[in-house]
Amino acid sequence: MAQLVAVIASTHHPFYYRASTATGEDRPPFADEWVRKVEAFRETLTKARPDVLVMVGSDHFHQLWLDNMPQFLVGKAPFYDANWYNEEREFGLPRMFFTGQEDLSAYILREGLDAGFDLAFSNELRIDHSITCPIITLRPQNDLPIVPIYTNIFAPPLPQPKRFVQLGRTIRELVESWPADKRVAVIGTGHLSLELGGPRQFGPHGPDPEFDRRAVEWISSGDIEGCLSEVTLDSLHLPGNATHGFMDFMLMMGVAGEGAKADYADTYDLFHTMEAYFTWYPNGGVA
Amino acid sequence: MSKYLLNKFLFTVDRDPELVERYREDPRGTVEWWEAEHANRLLNCHGGEASTWLRFEDAEREALAAHDYPKLFELGAHPFLTLTLFIAMFERDHEPLGFQTEYARRLAHMTLPYPDIAT
Repeated sequence: MAQLVAVIASTHHPFYYRASTATGEDRPPFADEWVRKVEAFRETLTKARPDVLVMVGSDHFHQLWLDNMPQFLVGKAPFYDANWYNEEREFGLPRMFFTGQEDLSAYILREGLDAGFDLAFSNELRIDHSITCPIITLRPQNDLPIVPIYTNIFAPPLPQPKRFVQLGRTIRELVESWPADKRVAVIGTGHLSLELGGPRQFGPHGPDPEFDRRAVEWISSGDIEGCLSEVTLDSLHLPGNATHGFMDFMLMMGVAGEGAKADYADTYDLFHTMEAYFTWYPNGGVA
Repeated sequence: MSKYLLNKFLFTVDRDPELVERYREDPRGTVEWWEAEHANRLLNCHGGEASTWLRFEDAEREALAAHDYPKLFELGAHPFLTLTLFIAMFERDHEPLGFQTEYARRLAHMTLPYPDIAT
């Protein structure tokens, strides 16, 4: 059976690439510390020596659109192109190209359907920054095959928070039952408090530092029950109008498991939103 | 009310570099042309299979034609789509992050709960 060697939850900040590669006067004052934190975070994945990456993210109205909107979608393709014109335009992100772990995609789809998740699929998926950002931060050599999984945190009606947790638990079960001699890491990205296109956007901090503090506590302590008892689709409007992306963190808490304390946790308070980085090593650490 | 159609305009313009420039330079003309030629187009289908029922309400058409992004927010257009397209059009006219902070300031009168964006 495959081995789940790391569970990683992270924010995906599309400005990291540009900030970390800028030089001279173009380099923002927060870049050096940001790079230092990201490189330390990257080491937590490197240490786990994964063969395959399951990548959980959310399409930002790039390929998935309101005429045909899936709630949870698994990419099943031999290859994936990545990043879109408007991400190149706004964030300076490069075009990227991935190899798919298609047999694991097929396994997750078949077994996921049978486990009660009516997963949509795509045989030709162009990936966006919710998945390319963590590759840039965590595996910049981009040398591992992936299974992309998209969640809808963007276009209401959305699935309930508990459904994200349940999907995370199911992804873990499926990875651990996949009959392949592979080391798998599951990496998911979301947001803490975030406002986009509203009056609280682009402030000196994230729009709700108190929510961020509590969110970091829920995640790092694995307090799924506490988190679920307070987070609802309605409540997530309060910390910022794009905070539903936090549900992808909840999905990753589901992968890590109830009460699973993160083996690595770090944050970085930036303008606009707080960065947060978590790693769990299931089954007692890095073998 | 057609939040879906507002979003469809923002979505289809934002992903086309030529349309982004056209909408920046001639917002009213672009909106009129788009509504006549593209509002009913079913994406990825030829014109013979276009929809027949989609049109803007007057307030929606005017908000788009006036580049009135606070009004688009009030009308329930998806804030991510509006922000992304308007950054593409107007960030270049400001200091770094200047447009984004002005955008927030022009929406400062909006309080929770924000307009519903469900389509």
